[in-house]
Amino acid sequence: MTQSKTYVRCTINGEDTEFLCEPRQSLLECLRDVLRLTGTKEGCNDGNCGACTIMLDDRIVTSCLVLGVEVNGKTITTIEGMASPEGLHPVQQAFLEEAALQCGICTPGFLIASKALLDTNPNPTEEEIRFWLANNLCRCTGYDKIVRAVVKAGEKIREG
Amino acid sequence: MATVKKDYKVIGSRPVRHDGVDKVTGKAIYSADFSISDLLHGKVLRSPIAHGIIKKIDTSKAEKLPGVRAIVTSKDFIGSSDKNIETAEDRNEGETTRLKYLRDNVLASDKLLYIGQPVAAVAATSSHIAEEAISLIELEYETLEPVLNTTQGLSSKSIIHQELETKELGTKVPGKTNLAEHIQHKLGDPEEAFKHAEIIVERELTTETVHQGYIEPHAATASWSKDGRITVWCSTQGAFPARDTTADILGVPISQVKVVPLEIGGGFGGKIPVYLEPVAALLSRASGHPVKLVMSRKEVFECTGPTPGTLMRVKIGADKSGKFIAAQAHLEFEAGAFPGSPVAAGSYCVFAAYDIPNVLIDGYDVIVNKAKTAAYRAPGATMAAFATETVIDEVAEKLQMDPAEIRLINTAKKGTRRADGPVYPTIGCEEVIKTIKDSEHYNSPITEPHVGRGIAIGYWFNVGLESACTISLSKNGTINLVEGSTDIGGTRTSIAMQAAEVLGLLPEDVIPSVVDTDSIGFTSVTGGSRTTYATGWAAYEAAIDVKNQMISKVAGIWSIDADNVEFEDGVFFSKQDTELKMTFKELAAKSGAPIVGRGSVSKGGMGAGGGSFAGAICDVKIDPETGKTTVLRFTCVQDAGKAIYPSFVEGQMQGGSVQGIGWALNEEYFMTDDGRMTNSSLLDYRMPTSLDLPMIDTIIVEVPSDGHPYGVRGVGEANIVSPPAAVANAIYNATGVRQSSLPMNPASITKGIQDHRSDILNSMNC
Amino acid sequence: MKPGGAELKWIDYSSPETLAEALSLLNEHQKDAGILAGGTDLIVKMRADRINPGQIIDIKSIPELNQVNINSNNDLTIGSAIPCYKIYNNDDIMNLRPELKDSASIIGGTQIQGRASFGGNICNAAPSADSVPLLISLGATCNVQSVNGERTIALEDLFSGPGQTVLEPNELLISITIPKKSDLSGANYIRFIPRNEMDIAVVGTGVSVTLSSNKKNFESVRVSLASVGPTPIFVDGIDKEVSGQEINDESIRVVSNMAKNASKPISDMRGTAEFRQHLCEVLTRRALITAIERAKEA
Repeated sequence: MTQSKTYVRCTINGEDTEFLCEPRQSLLECLRDVLRLTGTKEGCNDGNCGACTIMLDDRIVTSCLVLGVEVNGKTITTIEGMASPEGLHPVQQAFLEEAALQCGICTPGFLIASKALLDTNPNPTEEEIRFWLANNLCRCTGYDKIVRAVVKAGEKIREG
Repeated sequence: MATVKKDYKVIGSRPVRHDGVDKVTGKAIYSADFSISDLLHGKVLRSPIAHGIIKKIDTSKAEKLPGVRAIVTSKDFIGSSDKNIETAEDRNEGETTRLKYLRDNVLASDKLLYIGQPVAAVAATSSHIAEEAISLIELEYETLEPVLNTTQGLSSKSIIHQELETKELGTKVPGKTNLAEHIQHKLGDPEEAFKHAEIIVERELTTETVHQGYIEPHAATASWSKDGRITVWCSTQGAFPARDTTADILGVPISQVKVVPLEIGGGFGGKIPVYLEPVAALLSRASGHPVKLVMSRKEVFECTGPTPGTLMRVKIGADKSGKFIAAQAHLEFEAGAFPGSPVAAGSYCVFAAYDIPNVLIDGYDVIVNKAKTAAYRAPGATMAAFATETVIDEVAEKLQMDPAEIRLINTAKKGTRRADGPVYPTIGCEEVIKTIKDSEHYNSPITEPHVGRGIAIGYWFNVGLESACTISLSKNGTINLVEGSTDIGGTRTSIAMQAAEVLGLLPEDVIPSVVDTDSIGFTSVTGGSRTTYATGWAAYEAAIDVKNQMISKVAGIWSIDADNVEFEDGVFFSKQDTELKMTFKELAAKSGAPIVGRGSVSKGGMGAGGGSFAGAICDVKIDPETGKTTVLRFTCVQDAGKAIYPSFVEGQMQGGSVQGIGWALNEEYFMTDDGRMTNSSLLDYRMPTSLDLPMIDTIIVEVPSDGHPYGVRGVGEANIVSPPAAVANAIYNATGVRQSSLPMNPASITKGIQDHRSDILNSMNC
Repeated sequence: MKPGGAELKWIDYSSPETLAEALSLLNEHQKDAGILAGGTDLIVKMRADRINPGQIIDIKSIPELNQVNINSNNDLTIGSAIPCYKIYNNDDIMNLRPELKDSASIIGGTQIQGRASFGGNICNAAPSADSVPLLISLGATCNVQSVNGERTIALEDLFSGPGQTVLEPNELLISITIPKKSDLSGANYIRFIPRNEMDIAVVGTGVSVTLSSNKKNFESVRVSLASVGPTPIFVDGIDKEVSGQEINDESIRVVSNMAKNASKPISDMRGTAEFRQHLCEVLTRRALITAIERAKEA
């Protein structure tokens, strides 16, 4: 078989998106290098840091462990799709207000993961937040302010 | 406790950081996000062995692979490597560095010195092709016996650098050795004083190699233009030091290199050295294209500088009252493949929190076949404090004294002379210890079985160094603040707030920009806890300059003497004529020569503002059967001098504490006998996850530093120093067994209990 | 050394929609095929250059591999490609076999559980596989097919070495069947890791227990261990020792010591052999106590 690229069509951040990729390119590579959506970060490339977390259909996954060719027909949300034209999502706002980021490299992954948690459980306990976010590493904050920000975002979401 | 002026308008508030929205929306551009037209992608061939001699590097097969555009080795460097140069770091220490060492760390020339050392690099049209090409390069070598710890280094006949001369108490001594330096500090007569001690505790302790663990791998893009100008886009803790070192390694003048700092995803000291920048530049020169290099996580672990493994002996003698009368430390630190472990800093910090009249400290910098160590948050101090603070706990126990009380009666104060020379200005050590002693946490009861509490104190001396800022006033009354300090954790804002305070502005009236090395005066690293301190000071001076220029301008408008103009609460007014008033915004809108303020500071090397003291209180619960430690509660206390932005001060305290907890419990490099790291992934390196921690309580102490306009003390580092010792003391109090090695992992805690406290297991009936 | 954790070599990719198509592809490519369900082991191993399949067969679109089926006998069959989160979020599975959450919710973290499947965890054949000990203790069997036909293999007989199974290169794991739950039975999986999530088991223990009708005696005990040998270990002969015995500290200790004695651990960066043997006893005892409690509540 000749080495040729594969056509992929999917929905990314609400937009019908087409791209060509090599089967060996991960979804993370496709997002960053092919589609230039660099908000999704690479920290380890083996699923252990969570910096590349995206929403794939109904579930968060680490996009470094998904092949680009796998997402044909699927729906993806990245950090670039989180804020609306009206403004930031409550979880983004809470991260800013609670100083829940320092260097910011893990932040997109934490935001996608936190939003996914709050979408199904807007009133999580501290333990539930810590368990859900254990696939996301942060080296700067010690997680304290991240946990507080998720709690605060949950309050905002529950208030509507 | 000393307090600071409370009537600041901006300082001490918690605005949203200036770069915040970009960083929560994915728009901020980090090093790996950067792209430019005509870009090639590179990969690096690295040494597969820890010690050997390069026989041949054959790149001919790799060159033939379609898509490969350039391959470089150390032969591509310009000019001789056999000379000493003064790096940006050296300038502050009066040292020089062998150019060959700097070059060999980015591309090996004659020897292979550690697994992962760069040997050759490829630029190709895709990273996949570059990686294929790497596997086609043939490296022939002769294997030598590796030297993997300080004991081996000091005894082995396997010499890593044949030409190395030991720096023995400041003098170079020839001789084939792996000992790069022996330093010694002496105060009083420790030998005599130990004879009079009521009690002496002496212990040997070890720590393993640990990594800074920043989440963003190193990445750099370089473009070597036909006119000889080199532009580098990278994430670095210091664009200027990166520029200078890159120029030194390449053998070109610094004026030929421009470093454009991109957003940086963590550093903790590990992004001060350059690794990829000169290699990308060589590949760019060879290929005629810009070239981007990005490290994998494995490369970050194996090929960048961690903080070293150590072997330490600490001895403390006290009188009946608990007063320390003599102390001695023997510190052996692994330098990695080139001289320069943090043992000197460790020797400054080892007894820094205490007033001890008789002290002897010996430090040894030992070359080993591992990656050259780099700075890691209070380099050297954390290991030293692990030793000192666990020994002090044992002294307190033997004297039946409260651990906080014994620290308090020995506390260092203003005027205390440290064994390495400095006499402290105003410091907050005593206030930190008192705060711990009086805290609700320290005084809360422990009721559960297998739970213990420990405390410890830590110090980091902080540095001042050089910073520059300019401020341009806009017609609408806002200011553009231009600075050279890369922002790793919100310093754009903590610096902007210091300027805003001077000019009566709100933080959002300041638009800060971190710019490239062609666009601002030399600014040293974002490191040494210096950025909010020194660059903040430069911003303060630039703001004063703006204020003075505005006073001159309004004095001209009013035709009065500038001495008669005052500025308060955002309003300029005449001291004599109450009718003459103009708001900051009104004056900014007046036409005239643009107002541009400049601030430029040089605030010395170590000891800036007296440094910062921090302490930790830690409660742990141990599962005696599995040795697993759960941190139940943790409080960090730190002297911030004056907290400019309390949220970020707390953030530094929490982050440093958690790194210290990771170091205490699980983090270490597992090395094979041939020098290979076996756990170079974020799965097996085991940094703490959110589920491994409680909330981290913080208590900010404010003892203003002498000199700084707001009394700031840098807070980036001292907070990591005490946690491993505090955790160790807590584990002792939970189990009755002292731990003498980091990390204190479940296997070693279990073994300690089985060997020494089988009564605990029997009482559990198991 | 290679830059590691970096670029994949060239692969071809297929996503068959029928089982027949998948089996035919697998038969064509044999050892050159890499089966992709969640990819959380496959892609990691490919990046690390530990395996280099040329043909990736994505099995996520095949209906048979994504079904949950409970037959009239209450035997539970779980498709091999179903990701962990769909196991613990599935009410039918959780009503019947709530203990499966013990392992499904600790394989990797939240994101990994969005992809990783029991089938992948089993076929990866790591001695540390978290899903395996509990399934072995529950008497699970593997339903395997190839172009040549189908067969059933007891899970404890599947493994032949680290990363190795007895599957032929053209065989595909379709599903796992867990036989019907007995009355008065309970099970539990626990592992020991230095962190609290995102870690490889230093030791893992799966225990299932069936009690006598008066709930005071053991009727049957099955124990399986992770990370203490080249393959997951089924601890043989426990029933012979404790079946019919009264449940007390001593009989529990007999079981946990048998587990300890059955372990054959090595020393590596995840733990020393001595520590692992010690943990085998501790963890088996603790898992057994939980399983007994669950059986009493059942």
